[in-house]
Amino acid sequence: MRWIRTILAEIFGLFVDDGAFAITILLWLIIAGVALPRLGISPAAKAIILFAGLAGILMESALRRARK
Amino acid sequence: MGDLTLLWTHAGPSAFAAFLASLVEFVEALTVILAVGSVRGWRSPIAGAVAAVVLLLVLVAALGAALSRVPLHLFQLVIGALLLLFGLRWLRKAILRSAGVIPKHNEAAAFSRQTAAMRQLPRAGGWDRIGFAASFQITMLEGTEVVFIVAAIGAGGSGLLLPACAGALAALILVILLALAIRKPLSQVPENTLKFFVGVLLSAFGTFWLGEGIGLAWPGSDWSILALIGGFLAVAGASVAACRERVA
Repeated sequence: MRWIRTILAEIFGLFVDDGAFAITILLWLIIAGVALPRLGISPAAKAIILFAGLAGILMESALRRARK
Repeated sequence: MGDLTLLWTHAGPSAFAAFLASLVEFVEALTVILAVGSVRGWRSPIAGAVAAVVLLLVLVAALGAALSRVPLHLFQLVIGALLLLFGLRWLRKAILRSAGVIPKHNEAAAFSRQTAAMRQLPRAGGWDRIGFAASFQITMLEGTEVVFIVAAIGAGGSGLLLPACAGALAALILVILLALAIRKPLSQVPENTLKFFVGVLLSAFGTFWLGEGIGLAWPGSDWSILALIGGFLAVAGASVAACRERVA
């Protein structure tokens, strides 16, 4: 059964290798999922906000890792 | 005209993304299977790979039937979130590798490590359990990734699963043909470049599905995917340049 544990651990690793990066993405998705449908702004603005949040998280995380 | 739009903006990128992502996974699995087979003989590793593929097909059939009952928007929400975790993770790693922050993946080195490890393990006559298990495990692991990628890319609605499956199948056939032709690890495949573009594509699809899942009306409908691909490509390129400055 060790191989099942190994495969499950590897599958978890597909989605998470930097814990802070994964948690920040999930938090942003929750915030966007709750707030965006309630904002009285155009669909284009909502799309840009969703994308900009993810792009910012990606860039910040890569730069933080590069600084280490 | 509507069908043509779907073909170019959805089905084309779906098949292309599935092809590139699956190609990376199949190359990684092939490296280990070749290493095991070259040291311990071919019968057991081939049997291990075939057993894993059969098990994956059974799991896909069972899960597919269960997932077809989940409401589409909920499915898109979950798949979009998973695809973003997966795609952005790949993209971040590819950015860091391109910028020289972390070393690039090397199939030839992985092959050498694997063959050295296999030589140290005991070998019994007849059925080789170690060769079978090593091949089964890597095929299950990389195969699970391929199944997830294909399911995630094809999650957008009817007509998208088929191009995604076709892309993955084309990658499998290409890798098998290349393996039979050169019988060495495919170290010439530009894996980091592939992961960079696959990360961009998966992140774009993930953002699109998640937006659909939360009820976002994408401006330009399907054409938004192309805009998202361009956006993530620009951000990833800028991130590589910024990271290079940090490590210089």
